[in-house]
Amino acid sequence: MIEIIVNGKRHSLDASPDMPLLWALRDILSLTGTKFGCGIGACGACTVHVDGAAVRSCSFTLDEARGRQITTIEGLQQNGRLHPLQAAWIAEQVPQCGYCQSGMIMASAALLADNPAADDNAIDKNITNICRCGTYGHIRKAIHRAAREMS
Amino acid sequence: MTTALTRRRFLIGAGIVGGALVVGYAFSGNGENTARQRFQKAGPEGGVALNGWVRIDPDGRIAVALPRAEMGQGVSTSLPMLLAEELEADWRMVGFEQAPRDPLYVNREILVDGVPFVPWDDGVAAETMRWAYEKSASLLGLQATGGSTSVRDGYYAMRQAGAAAREMLRRAAAARWNVPLSSCIAENGTIRSGKKSARYGELAAEAAAIALPEPPRLKDPAQWRLLGHSPARLDIPAKVTGKARYGIDIRLPGMVFAAFRPVPVFGAEIAGLDDSAARAMPGVKKILAVPGGIAAVATTTWQAQQAVDAVEFTLSGGAEDLSSETLLETFSATAARWDGHVFREEGDIGTALAGGRKIRAEYRVPFLAHACMEPMNCTAWIHDGQLEIWAPNQSADLAAMVAGGIADIDNDKITVHTPYLGGGFGRRADMDYVEIAVTLAHAMPGTPVQVTYSREADMRHDRFRPAAVSLFEASIDEQGQPLGLRNSIAGPSVVKSFVGRLLPGPFITPDKTTAEGAFDKPYEFPALQVMHETVDTPVPCGFWRSVGHSYNAFFFESFMDEIAHAAGRDPLAFRLSLLKNFPRHRALLEKLADGWNAPKAPGTGRGIALHDSFGSIVAQMVELYRPDEQAPIRIAKITVAVDCGYALHPQTVIRQMESGVIFALSAALHGEITIADGQIEQENFPDYEMIRMADAPPIEVHILNSGARLGGIGEPGTPPLAPALANALFDLTGRRIRRMPFGDVFGYA
Ligand code: FES
Ligand code: FES
Repeated sequence: MIEIIVNGKRHSLDASPDMPLLWALRDILSLTGTKFGCGIGACGACTVHVDGAAVRSCSFTLDEARGRQITTIEGLQQNGRLHPLQAAWIAEQVPQCGYCQSGMIMASAALLADNPAADDNAIDKNITNICRCGTYGHIRKAIHRAAREMS
Repeated sequence: MTTALTRRRFLIGAGIVGGALVVGYAFSGNGENTARQRFQKAGPEGGVALNGWVRIDPDGRIAVALPRAEMGQGVSTSLPMLLAEELEADWRMVGFEQAPRDPLYVNREILVDGVPFVPWDDGVAAETMRWAYEKSASLLGLQATGGSTSVRDGYYAMRQAGAAAREMLRRAAAARWNVPLSSCIAENGTIRSGKKSARYGELAAEAAAIALPEPPRLKDPAQWRLLGHSPARLDIPAKVTGKARYGIDIRLPGMVFAAFRPVPVFGAEIAGLDDSAARAMPGVKKILAVPGGIAAVATTTWQAQQAVDAVEFTLSGGAEDLSSETLLETFSATAARWDGHVFREEGDIGTALAGGRKIRAEYRVPFLAHACMEPMNCTAWIHDGQLEIWAPNQSADLAAMVAGGIADIDNDKITVHTPYLGGGFGRRADMDYVEIAVTLAHAMPGTPVQVTYSREADMRHDRFRPAAVSLFEASIDEQGQPLGLRNSIAGPSVVKSFVGRLLPGPFITPDKTTAEGAFDKPYEFPALQVMHETVDTPVPCGFWRSVGHSYNAFFFESFMDEIAHAAGRDPLAFRLSLLKNFPRHRALLEKLADGWNAPKAPGTGRGIALHDSFGSIVAQMVELYRPDEQAPIRIAKITVAVDCGYALHPQTVIRQMESGVIFALSAALHGEITIADGQIEQENFPDYEMIRMADAPPIEVHILNSGARLGGIGEPGTPPLAPALANALFDLTGRRIRRMPFGDVFGYA
């Protein structure tokens, strides 16, 4: 049994310690907001927070996740209120197909938590996820908007 | 037939309503038809469907049946808007529900762009064929999403349905209050007459009993309140909270998960197989041969992936010697024979090319993968003599057809659910993922099975954008005037490949998509000849955002630049001079002219391209910057001017242009699928790279509402980017790019 804490809730999983966190979230806990895109850490669709830091969950094992605080897109809202990034995503009308956006929002949330005044350079360096629909310009705007709201 | 022809000439702004064909069609939705009953049943108790398109629920919410797949292009907002405009609904109360399969929801436009006529040809032959293609789409019952047709198709049906519902509500109010119909005004979800008023929800039950005696009148576009504006997209809130459900997110009780491993060599068969190690792995339930490869079923996707990779097999047959390099050489030799199918011939090309100064060039593009962010997947479940499928698909009818054949279940016992699509780009018009899921579900009756491709399987088992070679010859006189141009293209046919895989019967007519974007260019050359020769290959080819335009635009618009430079003419002015009868095209170029003609700083370069596709015209200008010869070249800005007739939701038009540009930029800089020893060499993002945040240039979009016939917007933003970029590189560096991709020029590996 492996104990992990997801969005504040404890779960005991009967799974291999080698299983990537992504698949435990999606296929065992049915937390499907975290997406599968490449499985090798190359696209960022599966980004979650582990103790507050952005982690690509397809390349992070259950063994590594033991006892750590994991937050997924489903747990980003606080007391039923949208995270400022989620609100900014709506205000800027960012998503198209939307598939990459959970990962984009989680990566951006970790960035702003770390660097509340992230400039374009910091965004370029830290937001390396793929959006096949090409929403990058609006993601950038939404991050700036959320940063303003949060300051 | 006359009415259909009138309809195709319908102009927005003119306020003419044509099309008895369409009216009759939407009207079938007013009777006791199955779509209407089904839509009513799908809703809450007390909800009232006024036709197959719209239901009014007890809480006053308006549910609109969405006949197309939402794959990012915004149809889950733009199609309900069309209906809500005519219904005079309160937009805040409008939502959408995916429509089931029903003849009511067919896409009549889906085949129309396939006619081998230039788009401005409205002669009898061209219009008759367009009409016939529309009819065929209806008869075939194609409930499909693609070809940038959703709004063009829905523009009639959705508005008609909204207007019909509005009239039923007005009549219900007039009867209830015993007042003249003319006194009943529909506005913002309410019918008013003098001091009396009632919300739609209060009138819905009475309205449902009314049969309209005549087709409803559509609003004069001057009275539109919603269309032409950009309300917030209805699908976005669910897409920022993780609640939006894609195919890959379907979870059912007792569901098992499968992974797929394609046969690696094109055309090969599995000769021998040892799955003993795989079967012994934890959680594994089944290893099975499926169409195109093998699959493993397990308790989680990850276990299934591990298991399918552990299967050992040997192959027999197949195109083991196939290489993309050799294929391109074959295409090149084929093009050079100049004996392909002639799609267009004007003037005397032989004489024209005999004189003047000759310009000749050969261009090449590689195969491309789609790489939708959501890998191919499908969930299938056989229970109670029924088959249920959840498939992110671009054609629910094809999905059912393919599924029925495999599971031996009648079409009417098959339900196809279409969840959100994590990208489509044409890939999901193919049905391989449905075949696999249904094969597995058939082997495990009673158990829901979800198959998800790994990224590697998704990339290698794609239906690829064909590689192609294009050869040009042109001649110019001493004044730099073009005398003639001929173009020979060679490569695989997408339609032939697609039909061969999915539909019964051979494909015999020439595939217009192979030459689209070349034979239908508007430039007025005194003599012009465009041909394409189809070369069959073992590589499965499929529809890829803008199909033939994706390569022909690169070829043709780059070569236009070559002619302009050879003639010593300004590329923009040169194009203008060949568009005397094309005011819409000229207007787009003129929109870019200020930026184009502005003084250029040292170290900058500009390129331009103009291209029509899917009924819309797009001009793009790329501006490059390189501070010094040693520094990498950067894209400073991309400017887009688009004329899609009329922008019904301008923000969506802008977003689709941006999306098309980024999609094309990934292909121009990085996109290349190569084949060696019969196998695809790329398998995941590092070797099939995408544009990311740091490389995404600023994009500025200008919309020109010409009022012409509606065009599509999902694809037309893609074709002009690569040539505009290559032309800008020539401007900056003097180096002519005649192949894709060309990221190396920008310092990418
Ligand atoms: S799925 Fe984890 S980075 Fe792509
Ligand atoms: S919105 Fe489609 S991949 Fe980003």
